[in-house]
Amino acid sequence: MSIAATSPRRWKKPPMIQRAWLRWSLALGAAIYLALALGTTEVNWTRVWEGLPRGVKFFSAFFPPDFVSRWSEIAEGIEESLWMTVISTVIGIALSIPVGIGAAKNIAPAPVYYFCRGILAVSRSFQEVILAIFFVKLFGFGPFAGCVTLAFATIGFYGKLLAEDIEDMDPGQAEAVRATGAGWLQWINYGVQPQVMPRMIGLGLYRFDINFRESAVVGIVGGGGIGATLNTAFDRYEFDSAAAILLVIIAIVMVVEYSSGYLRRWVQ
Amino acid sequence: MAVAIRNGTKVWQRRDRKAQFATWGVYLVGAAIFIYCWNLISDKTIWAFVLDAPTQAADLGARMVPPDWGSIHGLWRPIWDTLNIATMGTVIAVILAVPVAYCAARNTTPSVTFVRPLALFVIVSSRSINSLIWALMLVTIIGPGVLAGILSIALRSIGFCAKLLYEAIEEIDESQVEAVRATGASGAQVTAYGIVPQVLPAFAGISVFRWDINIRESTVLGLVGAGGIGLPLNAAITTLAWTQVSLILLIIIATVVVSEWVSAKVRHAII
Repeated sequence: MSIAATSPRRWKKPPMIQRAWLRWSLALGAAIYLALALGTTEVNWTRVWEGLPRGVKFFSAFFPPDFVSRWSEIAEGIEESLWMTVISTVIGIALSIPVGIGAAKNIAPAPVYYFCRGILAVSRSFQEVILAIFFVKLFGFGPFAGCVTLAFATIGFYGKLLAEDIEDMDPGQAEAVRATGAGWLQWINYGVQPQVMPRMIGLGLYRFDINFRESAVVGIVGGGGIGATLNTAFDRYEFDSAAAILLVIIAIVMVVEYSSGYLRRWVQ
Repeated sequence: MAVAIRNGTKVWQRRDRKAQFATWGVYLVGAAIFIYCWNLISDKTIWAFVLDAPTQAADLGARMVPPDWGSIHGLWRPIWDTLNIATMGTVIAVILAVPVAYCAARNTTPSVTFVRPLALFVIVSSRSINSLIWALMLVTIIGPGVLAGILSIALRSIGFCAKLLYEAIEEIDESQVEAVRATGASGAQVTAYGIVPQVLPAFAGISVFRWDINIRESTVLGLVGAGGIGLPLNAAITTLAWTQVSLILLIIIATVVVSEWVSAKVRHAII
């Protein structure tokens, strides 16, 4: 028996993109883009160099951060942020339920579907801060404008995920409820809602977490909350107070994240 | 199954008596918290301004049409800067996120007691601080400009990318890693041939997803001086040039919609 004389072949890792021309043109495009981007980015290196000692000063302000001298402002800002988060999450989720149901293709008629999808697209395109600028202009400075902003942003996030969840549901269960002669509301309540509820509770808690983080930035443009305090601290170059505020934010986000993870496990 | 007896016949109920009371109790507490918070907010609100809002909105709307298309020539550069901030920020973040994720994943971390908590802290602090706040800090430190924008996007994205990536690493199929190890591969070879191929699609998906989010985030960094389309937006708002504002908003919507479409296509192709 003779073995066909084949030269020994070396194994090679298969590339991630199978088509060679696509792989090479992507790499070439990326290289050209990087060259262009780096070439056109203007960086004032002397200014950066001058700023480095200030950066060192900023980071040394974390050791130790100054919780004491501005504590009353910090506490007030944090409290306001928390109220804003609660109100905006509740109102935002309440409003996003009809929008989300309307944006689900398998439930809503076409005109309603496109209208609701339009609301979601607008709400998701604009960053919270841009929305906040306009709502501050309309409603005046203060937490109310921040609440409206966060509630509106919540509609885009929650409504879209709710719509996608409804589109992915098991139609059999909904069909079965309808076959008993249920009305539209009963159909939603007993056929659709139980299927999407566990995931939506988890997402609601997640959105609470996001709203708290965002409430720290809407304050920068006048929407109330801890952001205003933080902005003032930076403007006065009080880095130790700013460090304290950042640490408080991090701590609260960690607490919310852990407790929401715990709550989600308990609900599901 | 919960059944109530009404007039001697059994009637189906969704919850039994105890669960029903518990549900109402939760609703009651929730409503009380909501009303309490609402009162506090309401005390800080000047309602005359809020009631005035529809007139203000109509006025503002009338001032914003038609968009000032003539000023678009000055906007190409800021748009390019915005795209660069988002893209380069994502690239830096992704590069930095890989070692962080490697240290944070339970099955690859060098030390569960020392390195992992540190990596998790990096992830949480990067995620808790919004890119606008990072920009605020960096502008005071390294001065206004595109570089501050790129770095703030990068710093904010490390946590996000590392978190999703380390979850992907923890979910890999251990038997493949075992198989590579059984051939006598070294630690680095096990990582390169056992772990990397399994998480590469997730990695690419995460990067594109974050890039899409970063496009949206980088549109506002200019408000605090960190470059991009936010700079002309801020200038137009402060000079009350509302027709320019509406043009910039239209551009932002278009950019975000396009980037979302690209990201959805790419992720679809990968997965």
